[in-house]
Amino acid sequence: MPRSWRKLREAPIEALIRLCGISATLFVLGIFLFVCREALPLWNNEAFHLSEFLFSDQWYPTSEHTKRYGVLAMIAGTFGVTLLAMLMAAPLGMGAAIYISEFCGPRRREILKVMVELLAAIPSVVWGFAGLTITSRVIVRLTNADVGVNLLNGAVLLALMSVPIIVSLAEDAFKAVPDSYREAALALGATRWQTTWRVLLPAARNGLTAAVLLGFGRAIGETMAVLMATGHAVKIPSSVLDPVRTLTANIAAELGEAPEKSTHYQVLFLTGVLLFLITFVVNLSAGLVIRRERSQ
Amino acid sequence: MDAFRRSNGAWLPLVLLSVTAGCSGSRGHRAETLRIRGSDTMLMLAQAWAESYAKVDPSVAVEVSGGGSGQGIAALVKGTIDIANCSRNLKPEEAAEARASTGKDPMEFVVGYDALAIFVHRDNPLEEITIGRLAQIYEVGGSLSLWSQLGARIPAGRERIVRVNRQSSSGTYEFFRDHVLDKRDFQLGSLDMNGSKEVVELIASTPGAIGYSGMAFATPDVKVLRVRAAEGTASYAPTIENVLSKRYPISRSLLIYTLGEPGPTVKKYIDWLRSSDGQQIVADAGYVPLAVNGKVSAD
Repeated sequence: MPRSWRKLREAPIEALIRLCGISATLFVLGIFLFVCREALPLWNNEAFHLSEFLFSDQWYPTSEHTKRYGVLAMIAGTFGVTLLAMLMAAPLGMGAAIYISEFCGPRRREILKVMVELLAAIPSVVWGFAGLTITSRVIVRLTNADVGVNLLNGAVLLALMSVPIIVSLAEDAFKAVPDSYREAALALGATRWQTTWRVLLPAARNGLTAAVLLGFGRAIGETMAVLMATGHAVKIPSSVLDPVRTLTANIAAELGEAPEKSTHYQVLFLTGVLLFLITFVVNLSAGLVIRRERSQ
Repeated sequence: MDAFRRSNGAWLPLVLLSVTAGCSGSRGHRAETLRIRGSDTMLMLAQAWAESYAKVDPSVAVEVSGGGSGQGIAALVKGTIDIANCSRNLKPEEAAEARASTGKDPMEFVVGYDALAIFVHRDNPLEEITIGRLAQIYEVGGSLSLWSQLGARIPAGRERIVRVNRQSSSGTYEFFRDHVLDKRDFQLGSLDMNGSKEVVELIASTPGAIGYSGMAFATPDVKVLRVRAAEGTASYAPTIENVLSKRYPISRSLLIYTLGEPGPTVKKYIDWLRSSDGQQIVADAGYVPLAVNGKVSAD
């Protein structure tokens, strides 16, 4: 086959593959621009103040007197649920990753990894349903809380949902530690536990941080489970048993019925921009942490 | 599951439209399509009407979707639907917008009545409540937050009143705000559910809860309170008789709106809704029909 013919035949395929490669970037940019465009008219809106949006907990988008658009309570709700979820998911995920990568045999390792992947495949609406019907009732029974659909309930669900991500990424981080480290530690007479705690954990530090950050990113963007399981109350939580509303759940619940092009509608899109920025910062810092690890 | 449907409410009508458009095209014998959208409270009722109307006039296909009262009015003004369901009265600014953008006035038809029922947990000893106290529970700066303040003994640890509410764009939420809170704002921190059914389900599983919804949503798992208009007057349960006699203080009309005078197909449909056959379906759905004992009540 002549060379030029082959080149000609490969050119469109190459272009197609290149397009696939950059399509993700195009989609992310396109979605971000679209969301920004819908929120943009707010800059010239007399009834809207950015400082009120960020620092007020007064969310009255349909008030008969003064409409107020403060999402502070929902920012607090989002971070409250997500941070509590990470407090539970990080140790659980790390422990699972340490066991899978360092302590169990190859057969059991394969079974466990498949099970962890299966956990990641459960749809979030199923998690929400479980939160509504199972965990919320358990919480009421154990804590005597007023309502079972609350911050703790949402955090338990988000923890379970982000554990698979943390386990697989943390396991990769442990695998990336060279075997010479383990051999050196064992040669010095360290037990397996000492090796894990004093050698592997510090060596895999950056990868583990990235794993938790990406789990955090997964949890903060979750909508359906928290919409069903957190009680949907606009209130800065004062205890883990208080019902809360998250930014994502607020958009999901109100966008369908906010009149198009109204201030309420635009504020919901601005909430989307805020969420986008939060996840962007979280994912970017995870990426930077991983890069730092590679360059070391 | 309901929340999922609701959150995607904006897409649902599109999907429904495209699906049914395809169907009627292939069957070919459906001469006309009536498109109806709006109130969530009236959704089940409107669907029951649409199903029965297929037997009355098979040449007309009736498509119904929810989305909320406000969405229905907006779609009516845009001209994408023939009839808007509404569980509250049209706002002056909505009427003005319709006139400004289409030159036509929205026409209102009463198609039934509903009582806003007040629900508490079935173990709650409370039997009745006044409108003023309800407002004190729900409004900004309200003074009632404990069950003992209402004279109700709830088992220890459940002293706090858990306020269950609706999302801010619901017609039921606006009706409650206008008629119970006298247009004052709700106190934030209530559990805002996305549907009447979710309100009742949450109250059934929460001993300290109180909430409101259309009377048709009552179940054996919750207690319906009797309501009195003011201190010192008699209290009434949300029954058909008390709604028709206007003794129950928080009842409302279930309304439909058309843009300008309805055409022959729409008019025939509305006349059927208000006939005894159509009103029987209102009663079956758990709401209050216009006619009782053959006597049609005034609009």
